[in-house]
Amino acid sequence: MKPVLEVSDLTVSFGDVHAVRGVSWSVRRGEVLGIVGESGSGKSVTSAAIMGLLPPGAKVTGSVRLHDTELIGAPERALNSFRGRSISMVFQDPLSALTPVYRVGDQIAEAVRVHQRVSKEAAQVKAVELLDLVGIPRPAERALAFPHEFSGGMRQRVVIAMAIANDPDVIICDEPTTALDVTIQAQVLDVLKLAQARTGAAIIMITHDLGVVAGFADRVMVMYAGRSVEVGAVDDIYYRMRMPYTVGLLGSVPRVDSGGRPLTPIEGNPPSPAALPPGCPFAPRCPMRIDACDDEEPPLFPVGDGHHAACIRWEEVRPHEPARQPPAPDRAPRSERTVLEVSGLVKDYPLVKGAVFKRRVGTVHAVAGVSFDVREGETLGLVGESGSGKTTTLTQILELTAPQEGAIVVLGHDAARLDRARRTAIRRDMQVVFQDPLAALDPRMTVYDILAEPLRTHGTREPGRRVAELLDLVGLHPSHAARHPQSFSGGQRQRIGIARALALEPRLLVLDEPVSALDVSIQAGVLNLLGSLRARLGLSYLFVAHDLAVVRHIADRVAVMYLGRIAEIGRVDAVYDAPAHPYTQALLSAIPVPDPVRERSRERILLEGDLPSPADPPSGCRFRTRCPKFRAELTPDERVLCVDVEPEVRAVADDHGAACHYAKSREVV
Amino acid sequence: MTLSEEQLAEGFGAVSKVPSRTRVVARRFFASTQGRIGFAVLALMFLLAFAGPLISPWSYTDKDFTAFMQPPSTRHWFGTLQTGSDVFAVTLRGMQKSLVVGLLAALISTALAAVVGSFGGYFLGWTDRTLSWVTDLLLVLPAFLVLAILSPVFGPGQWALFVVMLALFLWMVTSKIVRGMAISVKQREFVQAARYMGVPPVRIIFRHVIPNLSSLLIVDATLNVSTAILTETSLSYFGFGIQPPDVSFGTLIADGSKTAVYAPWTFWFVAGLLVVTVLAVNLIGDALRDAFDPSSGRRR
Repeated sequence: MKPVLEVSDLTVSFGDVHAVRGVSWSVRRGEVLGIVGESGSGKSVTSAAIMGLLPPGAKVTGSVRLHDTELIGAPERALNSFRGRSISMVFQDPLSALTPVYRVGDQIAEAVRVHQRVSKEAAQVKAVELLDLVGIPRPAERALAFPHEFSGGMRQRVVIAMAIANDPDVIICDEPTTALDVTIQAQVLDVLKLAQARTGAAIIMITHDLGVVAGFADRVMVMYAGRSVEVGAVDDIYYRMRMPYTVGLLGSVPRVDSGGRPLTPIEGNPPSPAALPPGCPFAPRCPMRIDACDDEEPPLFPVGDGHHAACIRWEEVRPHEPARQPPAPDRAPRSERTVLEVSGLVKDYPLVKGAVFKRRVGTVHAVAGVSFDVREGETLGLVGESGSGKTTTLTQILELTAPQEGAIVVLGHDAARLDRARRTAIRRDMQVVFQDPLAALDPRMTVYDILAEPLRTHGTREPGRRVAELLDLVGLHPSHAARHPQSFSGGQRQRIGIARALALEPRLLVLDEPVSALDVSIQAGVLNLLGSLRARLGLSYLFVAHDLAVVRHIADRVAVMYLGRIAEIGRVDAVYDAPAHPYTQALLSAIPVPDPVRERSRERILLEGDLPSPADPPSGCRFRTRCPKFRAELTPDERVLCVDVEPEVRAVADDHGAACHYAKSREVV
Repeated sequence: MTLSEEQLAEGFGAVSKVPSRTRVVARRFFASTQGRIGFAVLALMFLLAFAGPLISPWSYTDKDFTAFMQPPSTRHWFGTLQTGSDVFAVTLRGMQKSLVVGLLAALISTALAAVVGSFGGYFLGWTDRTLSWVTDLLLVLPAFLVLAILSPVFGPGQWALFVVMLALFLWMVTSKIVRGMAISVKQREFVQAARYMGVPPVRIIFRHVIPNLSSLLIVDATLNVSTAILTETSLSYFGFGIQPPDVSFGTLIADGSKTAVYAPWTFWFVAGLLVVTVLAVNLIGDALRDAFDPSSGRRR
């Protein structure tokens, strides 16, 4: 079959920076090509080049053929007739992809009318049909709403509706689910599949998430430093890879279906596109590097049927042996000493209106009765989607002031009864690592000053020696101390953040999404560092994250939050292997696994709709409005209990509790 | 991943050599051409103002009754005024006053703006309300009028009081901007990090908040130098501020502008020096701003 879109030898350069260096691929009708790569690998620039959306300074060579038409160098008018009609695009951020001042129905209708000669009314009807197709409830009504009145997932559905408005031949999806929560991601991927089935379009799926691609793509291209380093059928890439980078990438992804496996991070950082190493760009980080690697950049060798890899030693590359699972260590009983205890924590925010006369129009119940404890040497993962109240819980703990309701006991001291001196003393023992290391490090200070700050604050006169120790501890060289945070890569910055948190040898470390801003290969290194530090220094972690796979990897116990309450809490293997709460089950089943065969056979529990507003939570069980069990399995008599009574966390097994009236374990991963 | 003892020792060496923030800024400042030129010019101006009178044969109070309104000559390097005063001598005397008054008033007013604004923005609540009230009060007071009324107080030798009064009426608008920016800097995670670390609030303000507003503050201080000199100039022009027989740039320009058309030396020397001073201050300000911002060097 003839390819719909064929890219050959595409290069894009911005001045001296070669962002894309000779990429070739093609897609046929109905095929899904996944393009994976870390940030800076040139995957998004490729898609922008195809659409002709690069900034004026970019120089593009090579060829992009849509059917038989050459797109590179085509006049703007010709491009405009393709954009949105033959090729359409789904962007990462659905909020900026929609115009805020027009109703979504009008925006979709406009997309239709640009390319089809239909009346306004007909276009509106088509818009409503499209909204219905992508699963927006009450489409006729919602077509009149503005983008800000939609949730993130719903907006992305609208963008997809626009993308398929003209039955395109190719849909380019640039990280379409990265900004979304995992249950919403599952919904959106479902819609994309549906859209493809309806239009028969080829899909180019650009993402950094190896799990998303595994279940979605037919073929996969791995990009590194502006080049395609391995391309082949999805099973070839995941099971029979021939490029050490692919091996490393898959080895460094924490997986939700197997805990305890040590991650194998890729050493070093991706090269800067302005200063590429000679020879193979991956050689400096490659565990299989030999001298010949530096001689010249390896071409794509054919290594199998439709499978190419750019490595001179491809014959020797083998997938990672799944590290021998050490016989499950007998779980040591939980330590007797509690470092953090939260009981019945409540935090409301008033919703106020008016600029001069503020009146209260409602209350956001951000946290509504949360209890958990962290024992010495233990890691508790606090997971939940955005809006679940995990960050509020965290700030309440860190503030060390009396909570609105409930109690917070840190290291044996009740936060409500702390005097100033005692509070300062506790701050010394409880430290925090933030999500975005660039924001959390003062850009105007050198690394030395940043690391010395906690030491000086708590009375160390000569912090020099300790700063060097800290830098060494987190795997940075002490000579880096004179530099500013901006001159480090993301992973290194997070290491500085961790070093600062460790400066005072705390007993409890609060980690707020510490790896979610990092690339996969870097993330693995930071996770391993956290693991080894915990073992060496006897730390306790409170690890807040939205990524359940990361939590499974690092935590001993996990608490799943939904709408300000804990849905399920318990030992990691108990919760992941036999989740009892329907929400946990849905959450776990929504996470894609980087394993194509498994992905295809997995059954997803799709949740309907979005998270209800925390200003107006449902009565009784907060999850009942989206609960698959409530909807499908329970009898009307049983439902009464869910509607009337808010469930408390009840033990379903040893150290495993779920807040569901009808909790029943089920294997979903 | 552990380093050997030797490497560690070497590492400690590297760490102990880490310069403090002041040293970093100073080094970056003098590394830029702008900074060096600005600093050199300003230093020269000071040298001229304070060492110049020593080599001048005339003092600013001397009158040469043989030369009224004479153009520059070997006897009077910058010419003479209608009264017979030597223009070179009075210009230098005026420059002494104006340099000190301008720089000091600018520094004091910017520092005041930074402190008041960032305290208000950081603490909010009562601190903010009180400080905002003071700021607003000073904003609505007609500064020029107050200075004019108070000017008899500034007798000879009272220039320090004059500087303080000038500064007191220059800081309010900046402090409002600083307050707004401090509120947003307070939300940034590195300030939260410092709070959770147990750093006392006042130290957070001086260590994190104000340095991160330094670009604004430096630009403001630079502008304030010219504003202070010009305010002093206009006050003196109307006969307030610096009183005769003492002179300043203001009084000199006021007098010189009347005769500028037919005796340009009475006006252009002092005007030129004023322009050069302001220019040098601007150069220094630009260079300082870049020196404080660690990311500025790499963007080019």
